[in-house]
Amino acid sequence: MELKPLHITNAQLVGADTPRAGSLLVVDGRIAALDPAEIPDGTETVDAKGQWLAPGIIDLGVFATDKPAFHFGGITRAALMPDNGPLDGAGLVERAAKGGKPDLWVHPLAAATKGLAGKELAEIGLMKQAGARAIATGRARIADSGVMRRVLAYAASLGLVTIIHAEDEGLTAGAVATDGEMATRLGLASAPAIAEAIAIARDLALVEETGAPVHFRQVTTARGLELIRAAKAKGLPVLCGITPAHLLLSDTAIGDFRTFARLSPPLRSEDDRHACLAAIADGTIDILASGHDPRGPEDKRLPFAEALPGMAGAETLLALGLGLVRDGHISPGRLFELLAGTPACLLGVDAGKLAVGKEADLILVDEGTPWQVDAKKMAAWAGNTPFDGMPVQGRATMMWKGGLRIR
Amino acid sequence: MTTSTLRPASDYPPGGDAFRHRHLIGIAQLTPWEISYVLDAAEQWVDLNRSGAAKHDDRLAGLTIINAFFENSTRTLLSFEIAGKRLGADVVNMHAAQSSVKKGETLIDTAMTLNAMRADAMVIRHGSSGAVQLIADKVDCPVLNAGDGRHEHPTQALLDALTIRRRLGRVEGLTIAICGDVLHSRVARSNILALTLLGNEVRVVAPPTLTPPAIDRMHVTTFTDMDEGIRDADVVMMLRLQNERMDGAYLPSAREYHALYGLTEKRLEKAKPDAIVMHPGPMNRGVEIDSNVADDPVRSTITEQVEMGVAVRMACLDILTRRKRGVAGWN
Repeated sequence: MELKPLHITNAQLVGADTPRAGSLLVVDGRIAALDPAEIPDGTETVDAKGQWLAPGIIDLGVFATDKPAFHFGGITRAALMPDNGPLDGAGLVERAAKGGKPDLWVHPLAAATKGLAGKELAEIGLMKQAGARAIATGRARIADSGVMRRVLAYAASLGLVTIIHAEDEGLTAGAVATDGEMATRLGLASAPAIAEAIAIARDLALVEETGAPVHFRQVTTARGLELIRAAKAKGLPVLCGITPAHLLLSDTAIGDFRTFARLSPPLRSEDDRHACLAAIADGTIDILASGHDPRGPEDKRLPFAEALPGMAGAETLLALGLGLVRDGHISPGRLFELLAGTPACLLGVDAGKLAVGKEADLILVDEGTPWQVDAKKMAAWAGNTPFDGMPVQGRATMMWKGGLRIR
Repeated sequence: MTTSTLRPASDYPPGGDAFRHRHLIGIAQLTPWEISYVLDAAEQWVDLNRSGAAKHDDRLAGLTIINAFFENSTRTLLSFEIAGKRLGADVVNMHAAQSSVKKGETLIDTAMTLNAMRADAMVIRHGSSGAVQLIADKVDCPVLNAGDGRHEHPTQALLDALTIRRRLGRVEGLTIAICGDVLHSRVARSNILALTLLGNEVRVVAPPTLTPPAIDRMHVTTFTDMDEGIRDADVVMMLRLQNERMDGAYLPSAREYHALYGLTEKRLEKAKPDAIVMHPGPMNRGVEIDSNVADDPVRSTITEQVEMGVAVRMACLDILTRRKRGVAGWN
């Protein structure tokens, strides 16, 4: 199919801190010019009517390829966690990478160890050849420090970032919540919040030793963020991320045993939540992701401790991120660095920015449209959102993947 | 500080029901006057139960009560069964061990099945915190929590409050030490809620490994030294220590636990001279409590607690089925 050039006019281009008025030209699936002086013949023109034009969201660390939810949420690329499968072989990675094309690109994250068991190195090199863009430890960390050290060194030699889940398994064994008044009142087994900082501290020491680049997928506590901040000041190759849930909710959300608020890592105290907001404002946190993990009633309509952790987050990611902008925590430009720019760098993909030569993964955002999150009417295949009923603002109104209109 | 056991009617809120709940899920949902209302209502059942041969009242005649116990229990199940039968209800027991729960049916499906059998009340025990609430949200009849995980065991707290009130003349302004495995205990949580709500000073006495995090936020003071914790207490409430806690993960051994936290005659001297000793049962004699303390007829209330249990459960079943029975003023 011949792709016609595309000219998006009358848009607010999101790049610098505040969006600026402008237009953008796409030729052959790539961004050809910003504010083009000449328009080729046969160009299709789209009037953005003053909406924001932003890079498509690159959602780093989802647990399912859930195209309707991603498209609703303005997500053009998703980095798939290796847990389902698990993705520990080249064939599986290759298949997962083809999962969404052409209108959604899935970048599989390869399992760091065979079967994600944390014991033996997986065939990371072969999986890289098959399309893996980074490796991940999955829903848990690698408990054995010796194995972790070898994984980091090996992945680094292949130019891959290791994506880490940071919780100390000794402290969190059996726990379904963070230590605190709420867990105690509900009678839920809980673990101290320092389980995160302990795990981060070990891995930072290994990073310092091996020089391997890492990304802590979710850092959710004040002490964990302090460690990251110090490591960055030292110049270590460290990134960290978070989901909107840990920025906007504390463990009071699990009151009434709401299993939709059962997450991994669990929701933290209000103090930790404020530390997360401060860290996203001061630049300690690099990536905002949905952690999209749709779970049906068979996994969620259970007593709290028996329910599986996870939330359907892809549809609410953009709106909740815009809420952070509206509340003055971050600028629009920074939001899309968190949602697209930095994830693109980590994965080594040529997208995530409104710049000439980048892939034309684009979204138009009406940043003011109010709507209400409704767990019963989600595009995701399960509606397990902890934000059920919340009024939010902003949504993606049009979407292009590689210059091809998909919504 | 008042010493009267019965609160005047003026203590209850004007208008509406004296007990505004469809279910009894936990003490956390109750107000002080609702607790007092249940205790007052239980008194008449204590009298009936002691009245000789014919211990029968037929106010629940024709109603079906299902006791669904997803976790093993002897005394609580028996207590609820007797309570229901003394009020004339048809009582059916369901044990998880012989039910389809073991075959993989979800809890909600089991609840819907029981609901379809048109029970007029359900009494539920489950090993997972919050499970009883989950069922209560899905069924059409009143649900009584007979213990859910580590969360709540409200009838136990009510019967403990009634026992204290009858023994000491009041259940307010007292110093009450709750001792033992508080971390894993729903009895402790419900009692902390009820006893603090009624205006007592509650202490939690436990090894640090068995003290719940942030428990001080429930308005209790914590002690790791048993002698300190029970000093000048009016009530020493012991908790059962489950055997699996003594294998080294939480405690080094049963004998060390007994040495540091076991309630002996000598240790009890630290409490007030007329202090009472409570235990929800079943006891580990020689571990958390010595036999001569447990069997002391003056200080130990252990059998009285069992007796009050039946009366309190009769009161709860009566109160929660009043709407269904069309009792005047309850709608």
